[in-house]
Amino acid sequence: MGARSARSRNLRDLTSPTALTAIAVAAVTLAAGCSSSTSAPGGGNVNSANQPKNPTLVITANDISGGKNAAEADWITKTLIPDFVKAEAAKGITASVTFRPNGVDDNAYKSKLALDLQSGTGDDVFALDGIWVGEFADAGYLKPLADVAGTQVNDWDGWKQIPNAVQALGEYQGKRYGVPNGTDGRVVFYNKKLFAQAGLPADWQPKSWQDIYDAADKLKTLSGVTPIQWDGGVPMGEATTIQGFLPLLAGAGGSLYDADKGKWLKPGKAFTDALGFYQKVYATGGYGDSVLQQDAKGRDKSFAEFAAGKIGIYAESDYMWRSVLNPSGGTAPMADRNTGVGYALIPAETPGSGVRDQDFVSYSGGSDWSINPKTKYPQAAWDFLAFMNSKAETESRIGGAAKITARADVNQDVLAGDPMLKLVSEKVLPITSFRPSQAAYNDVSALVQKAVAAVVGGTGPAEAAAAYEKGLEALVGAGSVAGGS
Amino acid sequence: MARAASPAAAEDPAGLGRARAAGIAAPALLVVLAFLVFPALWTLYLGTTNYRLTGFAARHPHSVGTDNYTNVVKDPAFHHSLWLTFEYVLGSAVIGQALLGFVIAWMLRDAAGWLKRLVEALVLLAWILPSSVVAFLWVALLDRDAGTLNTLLHTPGTAWAIEHPMSTIIVFNIWRGTAFSMLLYSAALTGVPPSQLATARMFGANQWQQLRDVVFPHIRGHILTNLLLISLWTFNDFTPYQITAGGPDDKSDILPVYIYRTALFDGQMGLGAAISLLMLVINLVVALVYLRLLRERRLERVV
Repeated sequence: MGARSARSRNLRDLTSPTALTAIAVAAVTLAAGCSSSTSAPGGGNVNSANQPKNPTLVITANDISGGKNAAEADWITKTLIPDFVKAEAAKGITASVTFRPNGVDDNAYKSKLALDLQSGTGDDVFALDGIWVGEFADAGYLKPLADVAGTQVNDWDGWKQIPNAVQALGEYQGKRYGVPNGTDGRVVFYNKKLFAQAGLPADWQPKSWQDIYDAADKLKTLSGVTPIQWDGGVPMGEATTIQGFLPLLAGAGGSLYDADKGKWLKPGKAFTDALGFYQKVYATGGYGDSVLQQDAKGRDKSFAEFAAGKIGIYAESDYMWRSVLNPSGGTAPMADRNTGVGYALIPAETPGSGVRDQDFVSYSGGSDWSINPKTKYPQAAWDFLAFMNSKAETESRIGGAAKITARADVNQDVLAGDPMLKLVSEKVLPITSFRPSQAAYNDVSALVQKAVAAVVGGTGPAEAAAAYEKGLEALVGAGSVAGGS
Repeated sequence: MARAASPAAAEDPAGLGRARAAGIAAPALLVVLAFLVFPALWTLYLGTTNYRLTGFAARHPHSVGTDNYTNVVKDPAFHHSLWLTFEYVLGSAVIGQALLGFVIAWMLRDAAGWLKRLVEALVLLAWILPSSVVAFLWVALLDRDAGTLNTLLHTPGTAWAIEHPMSTIIVFNIWRGTAFSMLLYSAALTGVPPSQLATARMFGANQWQQLRDVVFPHIRGHILTNLLLISLWTFNDFTPYQITAGGPDDKSDILPVYIYRTALFDGQMGLGAAISLLMLVINLVVALVYLRLLRERRLERVV
């Protein structure tokens, strides 16, 4: 009896106006907490002398064993983390580090990362694409590394080994937000077997877009072969912009953004010329598979088709060489990659028509490792970043699969063994361009993808460029747009 | 809450007293408040800001008044998406699932037990499998290069999901959701008195006349309830995203997919919230229309 009456009294209490208000207020503040992310970072207690002795770190990246970027995922779990735990143990610190793998499209990874950070959770150390840094910093999801982990960041000796252009991949408005993971360069890959069958040279180097069309005309005579894959679909996301469109735009002498004026550029002749290339490939010339560009899984499928010898020419980053076609651990391995796949510099529209009057052009990007400003263990997180980007660990990372790292001292030693990466490092990086490190870049890039997809679908270049211009002005404001490129 | 606390309840048939009655209802009302009313109001509020997933507006969203709402209402992409959603609901739920579900239920009403159970099990299987598994199977079925459908039909190289995106997701959803209508109609048909059907037959009524004059009047309430439920489910269905991702070129960009892409892929949370609220309103209107029809039916019966 007593229990029952107590319960009913409690129920009665709950219905009192004060209790109801309290609950409603609690609900509101809870939800409001989700969207305000201004609480103080844990950076205050950074001091290597009295740091916590049992730090727990969770590391995340868009890498997964047996799938996307498998080599890096395996390196992180099997080498890096054990090495780091050992090194910390030597300092008397018992670190517990786990890796959270992901194996999804870059867009999906970005949404997940942003949502995690927005809700105040998020892993302690994470990888992010260099072009997301601005957006994430503006949102407060990232803070300058020195604000999170103290002045030791700028004293790190590794910076001296990272060229400025590569460091910029982790910078925004002059501050360091992340340690670059490495960089890459775009080239034109081609299938040597198909080239031989079509009577094309084994050491092909196109000098103009016309040279590419001419080669495609010959490849077209082979049955069951798509002459060209030049990323051109919205589902391919950023790949369409950086792999496909930007090298063409640079080859026609244009760019999206004028860093000196601090303004986005209206689409001019270079822009419509670049779209004209797509029109030639997918509409008038019939060199490309326009349906594949619209496929939600188009990029993975086109990788598989190239590996199976069904695509002649493919514009991609060296990522394709080391992570896709790689006979050991690639997602679409090609057993005869080293002898069967050729690579050439991307030509300007005509010799000398590229940006800075170049004959050949490229675009580069890269990802960073950064620290969640809300981590409980900023010292351990920074130690982890510095450790992972040390010379010894960087070498162990690329032991299995060579790639262009951020560190010049490592690249010198390692790349000699891989002629493709050597070419990128020696011939491509000097002529490459980087995407604008503006917070609006990703939205502008989405507009570019729409324009390209429209042309692939049959719209004229001029019409697609006009739609881009309209979208650009709506996005950044007419005041931030300057005359043509 | 209003009813429990109103003076009209003073007669108090349950003998609880006003405060206790309110106490019993309170937990349920709080749950409704916390998980239904509050999120709806919050969505309404978010829809009046320029809040974004990333960038400056993520940290300092500011009010844009009713701009999001007016922009959405004027946006051709929204009209396009709304129209596709209408096609999707009408084609896959109202016509597809309801009709097919009824036909199966009607044909199986006198079928042998084992046949009935077999067909029902197969149809149910499509309904109870997790949507991610089902979507994967359909992607494999429709694949352009190695798809089962192309092998069966000898149509190599046909990219079904790209060339016919809306038909694809409509057929998919009919296949997926027919089980519910079938079950509901099977149950409803058992409530039709066999004597009336026998009488109708005796007077020479053909199949259609039997359906029209005997069966439908009996199960009209079931039909309306079924249509209400499946149209609302289909209207809010996100599974097509896993097959066509709204593409190609937004050709299967039904509202839930459109909102997801706006809010999470483009990061425009404020705009996404505004569209969500419009969607909620449309849901309410659809539900009201059906409930109205149901009530009319009940009133008729009373008269």
